[in-house]
Amino acid sequence: MHELPVTENILAIALEEAARVHARKVTAINLVVGDMSSIVDDSVQFYFDFLSKDTPAAGAALNFRRVPPQLCCAECDEHFDFKMEELEQGLACPHCGGSRLEMVSGTEFYVESIDVD
Amino acid sequence: MRVQVVREILSANDQIAQSNQRLLDEKGILAVNLMASPGAGKTSLILATIAATRGRARLGVIEGDLASRIDADRVAREKVPAVQINTGGGCHLDAPQVSRALESLPLEQLDILLIENVGNLVCPANFRLGAHRAVVIASVPEGDDKPFKYPGMFSAADAVVLNKTDLLPYIAFDLARFSRGLRAINPKAPLLSLSCATGEGLAAWVAWLLGQSQPR
Repeated sequence: MHELPVTENILAIALEEAARVHARKVTAINLVVGDMSSIVDDSVQFYFDFLSKDTPAAGAALNFRRVPPQLCCAECDEHFDFKMEELEQGLACPHCGGSRLEMVSGTEFYVESIDVD
Repeated sequence: MRVQVVREILSANDQIAQSNQRLLDEKGILAVNLMASPGAGKTSLILATIAATRGRARLGVIEGDLASRIDADRVAREKVPAVQINTGGGCHLDAPQVSRALESLPLEQLDILLIENVGNLVCPANFRLGAHRAVVIASVPEGDDKPFKYPGMFSAADAVVLNKTDLLPYIAFDLARFSRGLRAINPKAPLLSLSCATGEGLAAWVAWLLGQSQPR
């Protein structure tokens, strides 16, 4: 239920950055979202379409670049992508086979860039 | 034209979380964010912790719930300063709510602040509050698969409490499987098995908690 305030932040960032470069219109907002950040893309788009009416960002496309979390092996320091579906079969480090792993990323959530006219 | 931005969407929350933590540091208070499903035993653990640390540390409590004062009232009966936050439908606590709650707590008189987050294993992990430690409480009736299903939450924990171990004889719960799921995403957090109902295992939890305290 937290996509509404999150979308308000996205819109505010996009409008501020557009004003800074004296853009007339925001045509796209490019977001980076880690798979562990509990954000539902469709829900953000739904709120965005509603909130951005009558602003220079109306009709802008929201592009979500999903990034997988990285695991780091506690034994050998190898970094590799975490795949949710592999977790239950027993994850192991592809380098040394170690099973003590640390999630070191995956909660990314930022506006990477905007496209403007 | 493309404009590079790279701005954190939750930065407003994170800045307030940092100022919460600065205030807590100034006062020498250790703040712990307790996260769990509804019914895992967050409030029971808080009440048991109050009883077990009396005379050793001065506790304060922030209770987060969608609605009601039930939890804060239970804690206040133990003569411990408690503030209830009602999120009114919000699925997690955020830093501004904690900042307001800190204003109504007697910070000079506290050593440890326990913050009970909204019962939810998803988004509370994504909103910083300014706490020094994150603790996830799981419980035996929820099943041994929770680390597999909520890796984001379990990977963020500094300690994991497994509550209701008195029910192990009656419920198919494979402790080894739970532990394997936890270690696949979090190699460090101690796993503290206990029962708030019988008190078994509580001493290890209390020792961990007191061991995290800020030096005075």
